[in-house]
Amino acid sequence: MARVPDRETCLELLGRMCLIRRFEEEAGRQYQRAKAGGFLHLAIGEEATIVGTTSVMREDDYLIGTYRTHGHALARGTPADAVMAELFGKETGTSGGRGGSMHIFDAKRRFMGGYGIVGGNLPLAAGLALASQYREEDTVTVCMFGDGASNTGNFGETMNLAALWKLPVVFLVENNLYGMGTSIERHSAVTDLSHKAEGYGIEGERIDGMDVLEVRDRVSVHLEEVRSKGRPSLVEAFTYRYRGHSAADPEVYRDKAEVEEWRQKDPIENFVKVCLEDAVLGEEDIEAAKQQADKTVEAAVQFADNSPDPALESLYEELYVVSETMGWYAVDERSPEPHPGELGEEAPAAARDLAESVADRESEIEPQNRPGVRD
Amino acid sequence: MAEIRMREALRDAMAEEMRRDGDVFVMGEDVGVFQGAFKVTEGLLEEFGEKRVRDTPISENTIVGAGVGAAMAGLRPIVELMTVNFSLLALDQIVNHAAAIPYMFNGNARVPMVIRMPGGGGHQLGPTHSHSFEALYLQVPGLLVACPSTPADAKALLKAAIRDENPVIFIEHESLYGIKGEVPEGEDRILPFGEAVVRREGRDVTIIGILKMAHVAENAAAELEEKHGISAEVIDPRTLRPLDLDTILDSVRKTSRAVIVEEGWPHGGVGANLSTLITEQAFDWLDAPVQRVTGADVPMPYSRRMEQAAIPHEENVIQAVLAATEGALPGTADKPGQGGN
Repeated sequence: MARVPDRETCLELLGRMCLIRRFEEEAGRQYQRAKAGGFLHLAIGEEATIVGTTSVMREDDYLIGTYRTHGHALARGTPADAVMAELFGKETGTSGGRGGSMHIFDAKRRFMGGYGIVGGNLPLAAGLALASQYREEDTVTVCMFGDGASNTGNFGETMNLAALWKLPVVFLVENNLYGMGTSIERHSAVTDLSHKAEGYGIEGERIDGMDVLEVRDRVSVHLEEVRSKGRPSLVEAFTYRYRGHSAADPEVYRDKAEVEEWRQKDPIENFVKVCLEDAVLGEEDIEAAKQQADKTVEAAVQFADNSPDPALESLYEELYVVSETMGWYAVDERSPEPHPGELGEEAPAAARDLAESVADRESEIEPQNRPGVRD
Repeated sequence: MAEIRMREALRDAMAEEMRRDGDVFVMGEDVGVFQGAFKVTEGLLEEFGEKRVRDTPISENTIVGAGVGAAMAGLRPIVELMTVNFSLLALDQIVNHAAAIPYMFNGNARVPMVIRMPGGGGHQLGPTHSHSFEALYLQVPGLLVACPSTPADAKALLKAAIRDENPVIFIEHESLYGIKGEVPEGEDRILPFGEAVVRREGRDVTIIGILKMAHVAENAAAELEEKHGISAEVIDPRTLRPLDLDTILDSVRKTSRAVIVEEGWPHGGVGANLSTLITEQAFDWLDAPVQRVTGADVPMPYSRRMEQAAIPHEENVIQAVLAATEGALPGTADKPGQGGN
């Protein structure tokens, strides 16, 4: 256990973790009530990995994640209102209801998105870091992904490219021991994922992802190393999700006892214990943090509930940027606007005229020479 | 007016845009030291250095994905993929990210990048290096698709693509890299996407051809005039998304017949799509079914004769035009029908 930081930092860490926990619990509830649709991937149990990491990032560092990133956005400071509204598919959501739970986005806070394709965000992280390097900025990109993603081609390709080009990326595996329902021993030949760094000549380290203070300490070291030396590193945070892969997961692949065992390492409860033992926080602080999280999440649900659905007229908006170099965009030749060829009464009238003029000539044309006549 | 090759026109477009805007850079397999597999990036490394002309590992999905990420952060990458066949390895990043990100993040992120890729047959490169995937990319909302057929258009379209805020799939034809054409010198010409060009005016039939098939269509039209007395109008759409349907429909309303020529496969092809649009929107003007001339419905064979048989030629276009105009035009009434091409 790393040294306990000052009171203000502890309150901040506790507040963020409580907010994520409450948000995810409520999201699950709202999903049961069909307020949120599609897939819902909850990060309950993984709060320390998320908050420990974001708490040591600079505001101008980039963060990019997976489809399990409500918490990552909240940790970066995205209002709970906008995240919940996105889950509800509302116009006020982070992505205007176009992305949903798996595609939260907040460029203002340099949360560069949640992505639905396992491993798909790794190349994007390399690109963000390339932009920093290209512009000679000292920002670092933190790319978070699951243990399952470490088996994808993108992992190998991106680790190689990032190491080769010395891109400033901290690759952070949130190893929750399961790629959906397949346990790590059944999906990866090497189960200590930090060892996968060796093949690319970069540093890899396994850390306790359930301990927010260790995550802070170790990730801040990696961030500064990457920032100063301009080369990537791999951090494997050992963590666990209490809930299923998604809300549609019967969890036949693991024992209840295993879940119970991990609950004993609960990131929030253990951090609370440390703070109380160290007397940096009191019981009333803990209570206040939980109440604040309750209030924020309750308000978020209300906000999402009261927000309008995206206007149907906006269906085609934001697909393209119409600029000076482009004359026009045939986004869809038939809708939402009819093509000039179909417009108004002229079309049938013109067709009638044409048909009449052909009929007039009909008698003059030998049958075998008639236009359009085929055997 | 200087006469230059297609590959030089493309190179000049990139070089001019890179001189104009420091955020524009090129990356891809062998684009630097090797000067490009088809020598399109020749000289760029020397002028712009390794930072802006980046040789990459053979990692298509990651090259494109890194381009998407860099574009999201405000750079303007030009990614070269060695052939359209290799672009399939990057299809995930192209479709799930480049095309989708602006929309799925509600316009809060933009992906101003160009993905260049050469395709097409004719060099005996066989079943994994010779295909035409215009239709594949045309289908994806969020992408723009360019398919230039002349050096002048290639240069002006590529410059437009680089300046555009949207992800552009820029399809080049391997057989056209060496063709020469007049390109205005020292002129900052931008060709807006969505402007077709009428290459040859005619009255009896509209032939629409893309990439190398724009040239095949023009040659066929000359022969149709000379040998069959058929006056064919030839249109090169130049971009497939956006598509200048108005120019095509105006022509079809005039000629009442349409033949579409492409090198890609027939099912779900460019011609299938365009034929539907024409039928939906100009049905009353049509005097014959829209004809399609496409590549054969097989992976590209290696054997020279078989490969040539799998690629459309002038003769195939002429037969399709004769089928479309069967019995309807002076001088064609006594010819046997060629329907069902």
